[in-house]
Amino acid sequence: MSALEKYILAIITTDQTKAAGGTAIFVCKTQEEMHFYARNLEAILDGIAHGIGDDMYVIVKH
Amino acid sequence: MNEYTMPVLFGVIVGVLTRLHMLKTDYRQYPTYLHGKIIHVALGFIAAGLGTVAVPSIMEEDFTAITFLTLAASQFRDVRNMERNTLTVLDDYELVPRGKTYIEGIAIAFESRNYLVIFTSLFTTFAYLVVNIYVALIVGVICYLISRKLMSGSRIKDLVEIEHAEIRFEGAGLYVDNIYIMNIGIPEKQKAILNYGMGFVLTPKNSNAKMTIANLGQRQAILHDVSTALGVFRDSGEPALVPLAKRDLDDGRLGVFVLPQERDVERAIRVIGEVPTLENAIRMPTEAKANRQGGVK
Repeated sequence: MSALEKYILAIITTDQTKAAGGTAIFVCKTQEEMHFYARNLEAILDGIAHGIGDDMYVIVKH
Repeated sequence: MNEYTMPVLFGVIVGVLTRLHMLKTDYRQYPTYLHGKIIHVALGFIAAGLGTVAVPSIMEEDFTAITFLTLAASQFRDVRNMERNTLTVLDDYELVPRGKTYIEGIAIAFESRNYLVIFTSLFTTFAYLVVNIYVALIVGVICYLISRKLMSGSRIKDLVEIEHAEIRFEGAGLYVDNIYIMNIGIPEKQKAILNYGMGFVLTPKNSNAKMTIANLGQRQAILHDVSTALGVFRDSGEPALVPLAKRDLDDGRLGVFVLPQERDVERAIRVIGEVPTLENAIRMPTEAKANRQGGVK
């Protein structure tokens, strides 16, 4: 197995204080907007949108 | 025509027939129909020839000719490489890959079957030359039966009890029974998974089975076979819809989550039961010296 198999492609959140750093972060105003971004980014990036709590999605490449 | 023509011909024919019998193309569609088969029939013919001519060579006291059998060994080791390479390349384009363990198992089977052909031809020709054609026929049938016994390994149903289990979400976590499978965030995907997904729980019958089904290659083989036999609700660019098998760390049960196109519980259980136990995945913890002394059952 190679060393790095999974990595975060993007973070979509409604809570700006929860994510920071080197990955793409999309801050949304509402839950609907967050779902919309997650759906689209999942399809575009070929990753899986994983839910962490109610206010954050991370798109992970497996 | 000389005294060896008929025995050699007989040995080759029996050998090739044995190879043909072992070359069933089943639901896996491998080897591929016609072209893939021709390769293996041709190699089986070579194997049969090599096994057969070894006998007259010994009888003529031409012992150097036996060294040709070493050539056969390297020749058929290449068969294993060839199968491994082909299947590994093709695996990248499978919706649900076979996995390396399954591929290695198939490659080993192809190599060993050629050796079985060599032995079959060798013994039948020997029987023909030493006794007569009738004894050779009997030897041929015995070899055929032995080959048949050797090519049918055990199945998953021998190791585990298979039960259908409900799939459900707890938050974003997907569960089969109480076994965590994966995290799916988007509600639409969760709905699709609940609609199309099916869950099964494989309960190992003993501690050997526990270790065997824990093998990642064995798990992938189960997923691949179910997806081949029942279709798969999946496409490229949909990484969220992926069949997975995870283990309950407490008791070694295996939670299998699949997305079959045909949602037939009975059939799915049968398909899982018929998955071959991969040679390379089999573990026998009970055979370990320390365990035998400790009285582990």
